[in-house]
Amino acid sequence: MVEKSDVRVVRCGGSKINLRPPIISTDSRFVLCASGDSVKVYSTRTEEWLHSLQGHTNQVTGIALNPANHLQVYSCSADGTVKLWDFIDGILIKTFIIGYRLFAIYVSEKHDGIVFLHIALDTDSKNECFQLVAVHLPKSAEQEVEAKELSAVSSRISPNPSCTAFGREVRAHSYFFKCPLFFSVCSFSLKATDKKGAKNAFTCIACHPADDCIATGHEDGKIRLWRNFIHTKEYTYSTQHWHHNAVNTLCFTPEGTNLLSGGIESVLVQWQYGAGNRKEFLPRLGGSILHVSTSSDGQLFCTSHSDNKITVIESSFKVCGVIQGLVKGDAVFTDLMIDPRSKALVLNGKPGHLQFYSLLRDKHLYNLDIVQQEYIYEAGLDQFEVVKAAFDIKGYWLATVEERGQKSSDLEFVLKLWAYDERTQSFVLNTTITAAHTDRIISMCFSSSEETTMLVTTAEDGQFKAWCQGADDQSFWSCDFVGSYHNLTPTNCSFSADSSLLAVSFQEVITIWSPDTWELLTTLCQPPGVVRDLCFGQLSCSKYLIATTTRNLLCCWNLLTCALEWSTSVEVSKLQPDPLSENVAAFSYQSKHTDLFVFKPNEPRPLFTHKNVCSEKIHRAVFVPREELLNNCDESSQWLNRSQLYFLTQNMDLLTFSTATEEDRMLSSSKRLVIDDSIAVTPFYLLLGKHRQQQQKLNTPSHPAADKPQQPQGSVTITELLHTPAHVLPAASVLCSMFVSSLLISNTGQEMNSEKEEEHSEEEMEACDSQQELRAQGSVDEVTPKLSKAQERELKRVRKTDFSWMAGLIDSKP
Amino acid sequence: MASFKPTKVQFLPKLGEKVTEETLYWKNYKSPVQIKEFGAITKIDFSPLPPHNYAVTASTRIHIYGPHSQEPIRSFTRFRDTAYGGRFRGDGKLLVAGSEEGLIRLFDISGRVALRQFKGHSKAVHMTSFLSDGFRVVSGSDDLSCRVWDVPSAVELSSLTEHTDYIRALAPSKLNPDLFVTGSYDHTVKVFDMRSGSSVMTMQHGHPVECVLLYPSEALLVSTGGRYVKVWDLLKGGQELVSLKNHHKTVTCACLSSVGNKLLTGSLDRHVKVYNSSYKVVHNFDCDASILSMAIAPDDEALAVGMTNGVLSVRHRRHQKDKEMLTSRRRRGPSYQVFVKGKNFVPRQDDFLVSKPVKQYLRKYDKQLKSFEVSKALDTALQTWTRTSKPDVTVVVIIELNRRGTLKNALAGRNEEIRGCFCVLFFRHIFDPRFSRPLLMVGDIVLDLYQQVFHQSPVVERLLQRLMEVLGREAELQQELLQVLGILDTLFTSFVMLIDGVMKAKKIII
Repeated sequence: MVEKSDVRVVRCGGSKINLRPPIISTDSRFVLCASGDSVKVYSTRTEEWLHSLQGHTNQVTGIALNPANHLQVYSCSADGTVKLWDFIDGILIKTFIIGYRLFAIYVSEKHDGIVFLHIALDTDSKNECFQLVAVHLPKSAEQEVEAKELSAVSSRISPNPSCTAFGREVRAHSYFFKCPLFFSVCSFSLKATDKKGAKNAFTCIACHPADDCIATGHEDGKIRLWRNFIHTKEYTYSTQHWHHNAVNTLCFTPEGTNLLSGGIESVLVQWQYGAGNRKEFLPRLGGSILHVSTSSDGQLFCTSHSDNKITVIESSFKVCGVIQGLVKGDAVFTDLMIDPRSKALVLNGKPGHLQFYSLLRDKHLYNLDIVQQEYIYEAGLDQFEVVKAAFDIKGYWLATVEERGQKSSDLEFVLKLWAYDERTQSFVLNTTITAAHTDRIISMCFSSSEETTMLVTTAEDGQFKAWCQGADDQSFWSCDFVGSYHNLTPTNCSFSADSSLLAVSFQEVITIWSPDTWELLTTLCQPPGVVRDLCFGQLSCSKYLIATTTRNLLCCWNLLTCALEWSTSVEVSKLQPDPLSENVAAFSYQSKHTDLFVFKPNEPRPLFTHKNVCSEKIHRAVFVPREELLNNCDESSQWLNRSQLYFLTQNMDLLTFSTATEEDRMLSSSKRLVIDDSIAVTPFYLLLGKHRQQQQKLNTPSHPAADKPQQPQGSVTITELLHTPAHVLPAASVLCSMFVSSLLISNTGQEMNSEKEEEHSEEEMEACDSQQELRAQGSVDEVTPKLSKAQERELKRVRKTDFSWMAGLIDSKP
Repeated sequence: MASFKPTKVQFLPKLGEKVTEETLYWKNYKSPVQIKEFGAITKIDFSPLPPHNYAVTASTRIHIYGPHSQEPIRSFTRFRDTAYGGRFRGDGKLLVAGSEEGLIRLFDISGRVALRQFKGHSKAVHMTSFLSDGFRVVSGSDDLSCRVWDVPSAVELSSLTEHTDYIRALAPSKLNPDLFVTGSYDHTVKVFDMRSGSSVMTMQHGHPVECVLLYPSEALLVSTGGRYVKVWDLLKGGQELVSLKNHHKTVTCACLSSVGNKLLTGSLDRHVKVYNSSYKVVHNFDCDASILSMAIAPDDEALAVGMTNGVLSVRHRRHQKDKEMLTSRRRRGPSYQVFVKGKNFVPRQDDFLVSKPVKQYLRKYDKQLKSFEVSKALDTALQTWTRTSKPDVTVVVIIELNRRGTLKNALAGRNEEIRGCFCVLFFRHIFDPRFSRPLLMVGDIVLDLYQQVFHQSPVVERLLQRLMEVLGREAELQQELLQVLGILDTLFTSFVMLIDGVMKAKKIII
């Protein structure tokens, strides 16, 4: 059993779904894509996330349909394994251990039982040297197989998996040998012939399914169609040019009539094969196109985009579905925020948008267009980006700042205020302020009082301004007060819990203002070091003001006495107060790893410490209020009772802390019976479902991974059985034995599992429950002997004679 | 697939002026018709009968104009000296006027010769009027007396000499034939009752009274004089209701609009101001010269303003019909029915609706931007009409091109005409704070691009010279403004210091 650790760091939601090209299943009903350390299955019609294939321990780097069985899929991962799945039921069928870090997987119809893999030659060397190897997958009944037969096909290939492609069936082998070779040969020849120094480097490659033709995409946006390449040095090529930047992906339709290409422009181009320059466009798909794939019947196309999105497109060039993950672009400029209404996480999304992402359901809710301008997909163009955003306490107002020209000298920025519209259930632009300050806005915050909403912005021009809804004209916002302090640059601003005080930090000095009279009440100063972060205590600790400085100091002032209460030397990169409790979380970055301290402002002793949260610096964090309160009595996890802490690392990973009780709850909820549309709901199925449910109930406390392999053999037969119409089926007496045996635990690869169960049951026996005792005995019974073939057969025969097989079915399994 | 987002034209509200229904109402006048008279126009009076002709008293004549004619229908010229205060009777058939020599004449509208002459005043009579019974005439004169005359017998009924200075304002009551109000240069407004034969109410205006006016209910009285307009409540015994000071010169005339009883005042400062019912100025008419007299037609059909330079300016209301006339002449497209065809069809309950994609209509420059035709888009934005009437559109397209990084490409390779266009654009809008930043950027690029060829074209060169002059002037202006700002700053700081000193002194005393 896993040792009960109280609080641990969990990677949550919104992993990348655009790393590798998505796959459309043969019946065009499912889209599969590699997402983090799992493979996600989506429905093409409803765009819903159906389930994920979990089992890899590292990033999944490639998926490919099994050419022998179209209901199965291979996935390869950086953990060095190739797994074979039944993706409809989400069952792991086999695991092949390769032992190298794998980067891509290819299959070929002509090569049964062979997969082609990208592996890195030297795992730690700087010059990335990749090799394409063919692996013969051994046929064995076991769950985990070690695949040893590796044969190198070509070396020194590009790490980009779209630079490898497989051609027509007969010549598959030769193509397949040629492709990489060809790749290198051509690049040399092109470099030699080209005079103007155009960027000829290959970016992607595709093979025509029926013709001797290879299409290559280039960095300068050209597409070249190569023919006649079987005879060396006699090849010919034709060039087509539409893209103005690198061609990211190329794909032939299954019949080979069209060629699809995509690039940074976010335009899907369909070239008619053999018809010269005739092409169709599908513009403005959003985000540059990274991969294109087609279904096997050519009716659906799938594009994956740089903004973590998969678009499903019909062959008539109509978008019919969008699967959107959490958008994590190059950088998140805004703070992580929580929309007080929907409790959704709000951060930068598509360029010029804010995205609302439901953390509970791990689902993208919607994008709010802030900039409202046509986004031009072009490399190196400086465009407006949302850099700041803030919600007021009731979620009625949203303030955003968009900025353009961060690099150049002429900075443009716009402050916008959005009102929530009850009717349309979204935010509507209320006021646009084009010249709010004369220089960049550094921070802003809303007052937290219920009656009047006020926005305070601080800018590099040395002023802070208070904005409120216009005095004479009720609907619009206007400037109410302009404050400054000795021409210093204000850095942070924060309202106290009841909005009776405003703290603005001017480098080393913190000034306290009264928002009612705009009087400077007092100044607090604790040199040396510029104030980096500033926040008021909440609830009972609202008399405290906490600040962090650049010189590794965390200070806490008592505002009643205006004196420093305590201070401690710690390098804090992010200070985040919990709005629902007194707790304040501080992330400190020291010696290449981040630690978390949770403390209450009234005592300098931390409530909770978590060393080595991650190895990167953390700049964004947020407390998300929980739907239902946890009741952890444990002192170390008590701070997570009301709200959950999410944070974003520099690598744009969204992490959170989870407690043991929470995990238990999650586990039980995930055990719900999933009624997917793949199995018809018949009385028979329902009976089986009930049975399975019982089984799951019994297994709940056990390890989740352990009970997984129990199902596979059974479910394949069961689904087959359930799919066949009743009148076609043989007599029930004939089927019975097969059916029952399918439900039995197969004796291959079950030892470990049963052992675990044994352990588990032993533990439970300590609890002295007679019922459990009975069940434990049952399981022991079943597992102990290694039955010989003859014995097994006899057992089957005994079962067959059993007349009331229904009862047997239920009894046979504890 | 997201649709093309059209470029957004920033709407920037104008400061200070708020558009209300009343401003729209008062804006709905055509540009004024100017009629030149022989001397300063001292009195305008509209006939109460349709078609509402109006009598204009100027110099030694009284002209009567029709509602739309620019030539007088009739004129009374038998004055030996300057005529004053020509006013219609309630039935619009008789007209009475005073004159410089002290004679009061009564005219029939259709005749030329005076029907009656009232003699008795020793000095100029500036104000005459019929009492509401129509059989008596009241006059106010510079000889400090106010006399009532009987029309049939042409005899003086009474003479009231309560004022101590010239009487220059007079208003008879319409409800009571025995009441009238006079205003005088002795700063008082008096209400006379013919039944008692003396004044029954006296109000101190505080300045020489130029005009008095009774509201139709006759509960409120308006008097103007000096820079002040005062409204008195007669039912409360002549209590001052409000005192308005919106003009910066003497207010010479006032009148009431017939729709909603809005007060209008005209002043020597060349403005006519319109007040709403809470006496806030809602509209302002500008005139060329100091205003002496003003009248508004019943139903506010026309506003006539007389000025010191003898120009009568008449503004007529714009009607919906006129607008339609204009548009119908201009329209050449399909009729309205074509566009609403089938749009008002209401589907029945069990109808299956097949949705049609909504077509997005784009402006021409947007279409060109959509297809990345940057030079063409710039051309469209620089068309003369767009450039002059909607400079914000031009500037928005320029900003958009700059955002796309293609502004230089779009500006390059232009002929002389376009370059001239830019120069014109510059010195028209370069000081507009909304546009100055993008225009400066464009200016930089244009100068860079066409450095070599500028001097080849005399037109462009001349324009550049002018631009330089304008810029020099603006720089000077900015400098002056900064100086003023500096002066104000020092004043403010010294003031603050003074206040601080006072506070400290107070503390010490305490």
